[in-house]
Amino acid sequence: MIPEIGHFALILALCVAVVQGTLPIYGAAVGSSALMSIAKPAARGQFILVLLAFCCLGYAFAAKDFSVLYVAATSNSHLPLHYRLAAIWGAHEGSLLLWTFILTIWMVAVTLFSSHLPEAMRARILGVMGLVSVGFLLFMLTVSNPFERLTPAAADGRDLNPLLQDPGMVMHPPMLYMGYVGFSVAFAFAIAALLGGNLDAAWARWSRPWTTVAWCFLTVGIALGSGWAYYELGWGGWWFWDPVENASFMPWLAGTALIHSLAVTDKRGGFKVWTVLLAIMAFSLSLLGTFLVRSGVLTSVHAFATDPKRGLFILVFLAVVIGGSLLLYAWRAPRVGLGGGFDLVSRESMLLANNVLLVVAMGSVLLGTLYPLFLDALGLGKISVGPPYFDTVFVPLMTPAIFLMGIGPIAQWKKASLPELAMRLRWAFGASVVTALLLPFVLGKWTPLLSLGLLLSLWIATTTMVNIRERVSHLVGNSLMSCLAALPRAYWGMVLAHCGIAIFIVGVTMVKGFEVEKDLRMNVGETATIGGYTFRFDGTQEVKGPNYLAARGIFNVTRNGQDVTMMYPEKRRYYVQNQTMTEAAIDSGLLRDLYVSLGEPLEDGAWSVRLYHKPFINWIWGGCLTMALGGLMAVSDRRYRLARRRERQEEPEAIRSEDTSVA
Amino acid sequence: MKRFLLPLVIFVVLVGFLAVGLTLNPREVPSPLVGKPAPAFLLPQLHEQDKTFSPSDMAGQVWLLNVWASWCGGCKEEHPVLMRMAKAGEVPIYGMDYKDRRDEALTWLRRHGNPYPLTAVDEAGRIGIDYGVYGVPETYVIDKQGVIRYKQIGPLDDELVAKTILPLVQELRNK
Amino acid sequence: MRWFAFILLLIPAMVQAEEAKPLAENSVAEARLKQLAVELRCLVCQNQTLADSNAPLAEDLRREVREMIAKNMSDQEIIDFLVQRYGDFVLYRPPWKASTTLLWIGPFLLLIGGAITLVMALRRRGQGLADAPVTDEERRRVEQLLSQVERRS
Repeated sequence: MIPEIGHFALILALCVAVVQGTLPIYGAAVGSSALMSIAKPAARGQFILVLLAFCCLGYAFAAKDFSVLYVAATSNSHLPLHYRLAAIWGAHEGSLLLWTFILTIWMVAVTLFSSHLPEAMRARILGVMGLVSVGFLLFMLTVSNPFERLTPAAADGRDLNPLLQDPGMVMHPPMLYMGYVGFSVAFAFAIAALLGGNLDAAWARWSRPWTTVAWCFLTVGIALGSGWAYYELGWGGWWFWDPVENASFMPWLAGTALIHSLAVTDKRGGFKVWTVLLAIMAFSLSLLGTFLVRSGVLTSVHAFATDPKRGLFILVFLAVVIGGSLLLYAWRAPRVGLGGGFDLVSRESMLLANNVLLVVAMGSVLLGTLYPLFLDALGLGKISVGPPYFDTVFVPLMTPAIFLMGIGPIAQWKKASLPELAMRLRWAFGASVVTALLLPFVLGKWTPLLSLGLLLSLWIATTTMVNIRERVSHLVGNSLMSCLAALPRAYWGMVLAHCGIAIFIVGVTMVKGFEVEKDLRMNVGETATIGGYTFRFDGTQEVKGPNYLAARGIFNVTRNGQDVTMMYPEKRRYYVQNQTMTEAAIDSGLLRDLYVSLGEPLEDGAWSVRLYHKPFINWIWGGCLTMALGGLMAVSDRRYRLARRRERQEEPEAIRSEDTSVA
Repeated sequence: MKRFLLPLVIFVVLVGFLAVGLTLNPREVPSPLVGKPAPAFLLPQLHEQDKTFSPSDMAGQVWLLNVWASWCGGCKEEHPVLMRMAKAGEVPIYGMDYKDRRDEALTWLRRHGNPYPLTAVDEAGRIGIDYGVYGVPETYVIDKQGVIRYKQIGPLDDELVAKTILPLVQELRNK
Repeated sequence: MRWFAFILLLIPAMVQAEEAKPLAENSVAEARLKQLAVELRCLVCQNQTLADSNAPLAEDLRREVREMIAKNMSDQEIIDFLVQRYGDFVLYRPPWKASTTLLWIGPFLLLIGGAITLVMALRRRGQGLADAPVTDEERRRVEQLLSQVERRS
């Protein structure tokens, strides 16, 4: 009964979505307030209905209802409750429901935080989101129904893939989807602006917080995915340029370009047409990612089970949504004016250059990901494009972008002078180069890439310090602390986000430069030393989990004779799918990770063991989280909170809060 | 004006490729050995262990080499097709038992029937690597000069046999 | 009794922690295997390297590569061996060929294209706009506002 209620709720939601996607947009075109006011209640209604459907599916999982095909395929009676619930998004159909649910969450957020928007704009935004929702609901109701019944009901389910029975499964997909779907808001803003013909700085100001929050979620989502792969897969890798990973990275690159472009449109009224195109691109890449993961066109460990019908549906949907928006763009964009002028050397042009580099990087990732498909489609053979290609191509593209990160924030708007900028940055440049060249020697090993990585992160750090110092020196009087506190949160957000990138680069550089791996055959009582730490293997014991049986290794770790920790890697065999999984033991620290993973049992109780010492690896995810925090901080700037109040204030007040930063 | 159409044009081309991509199988690895001489080997036979088999034994004939194993599900699927082909006798099919155990292979043939005049045994899988085998069953069509002319990845079915394999065999025979 | 105590004392010495041996027999060869295997594809997996995969075929191929290293074959010879049998699909670093030229120079072309478009767009923009001159009235107003700001901060 409950699954049928859920199914019916989706059907109703589709009807509401159709109404939401058509009437308000039509109403905005003809100026009918009655039609436009349908948008808000429709969006909220959809939220309630999809929430109901989501809860029905959750109930089916919690109650172990194996008469529902989806539950039988992804759950099991021995699966703990929290994983049974996470299994809602464990496979294709349920993850689509999660996608749609999150879309309705963003719709409701728009209804709650859009009172300052003109009615027509809000109607169009919700209308566009409604149309996207129509696509997903239709998809679910036709070829991907999560509520399909299995008759006769299965006695027990096929269990969730053991790789997914992990806290990462609980957090990573929702965060990622919040990001993907969040870009639909920026997309809807762009389409609304094209439809209404009012593309101005105000539009950019409204669109910014939505885009930044979505970007934060996507950053966290990708970081979680990477961290999860690191500790789950057992061989210490954290990024493979796998097609599905790339599918999440491309919207991120476009999104990063978008938030910078929006900043310029907001502050200076420039780049309007380009910003709109980027907004369309970012969401298009989200949809493209959805297609790539579910259609079976590319091979990936992350891909969902495939079915050509599903692939075709998404492709048609993609063609309609993106093709339609690009057509609208081609029609309306030429009418949009140019906005403020600026010189060849200015903050605007540097931001534009940063955008170009990010988009070219995104294009290269797309090229590498789809190239095997291109060649196969043309009958030119089958190739693989993997990390060697992407690493070779990505680093040279990002290096100038990071270099610009140091110069852009201190360059003046409209017109800047290169010699003057060079003067202001000479100390930062010199210090960075010298330290980057010498530090590897101090650390024990010198390679060009090591120096480059250190140079880039030091460059960001030193130029940021120069920037802060210059900003503070422009504020008259009082202590340093109060001057720093007087700087707007949006500025600190930028500083934090850029430093996040520096932290990330340090992590990647140090890990790739200094990580050590040892593959050993360990008998009970034997020791091995790696990175200064001594590991003693004290044998294994058998451990029973809720739905698995494990051999747990016991490792005693010491350093210079002092006890550091005990580590317990496991080799688990999950009963239902009869899969063996390696559960690595990781001792995390600020400056290093120790990683132990069991291989195979050998004779006499010995085991093949893999030990890793990975310096600074947590800086990779720490950097990503810092970036996301920076984004959140920027969004919490007084400017947005006082947006309504400011409308009524006089100009001088507006000028005082108007600062010379990008943030 | 035209530059605003550029994104749309690029997108349409992309969709075209993706549509074609839906009809392809990204996991299929076509063999670079088609058109090249079949790699030489000398393997023991399954039934008569003191005898050996080598592709050079088949010089002057057009024949099929079918790589199979008792643990392989797809092999069970295609076996009736092979049995029918063997009965019709249009082309000899020689088997290669890949990474298998002898007793299990013998039992399997006894249970499902033996379409092969003989089966060679590649226990370690080395010859399989020489032939670019990555997933059984795989079938090779080899001509009179010992050159591989066709490789089927995955189970054979009647339609494929009738439309592709047998006509090719006929063509190679007439050369 | 004394000799029994003596033997007891010896036991810790006999059970002294021993250094574990590397899994591979030849660590130099193993390092070379790792370097090669990280760039080779496991053909039966869903996108994993030959180094990381536990599939039977992957183990077989690693064994083959180890033997080729032992025979002192060069990296290129080993790669050629595998490509002869499995095609370019087995390489994660796409070879430089006519069909992959666009792949390798594509990013570079995109960069040049982007740079040219950028410069052209900036030039077009510069031509399309003329600076609006500031009138005296506006100048006075600006000075008034600026002095207000200074007084407040």
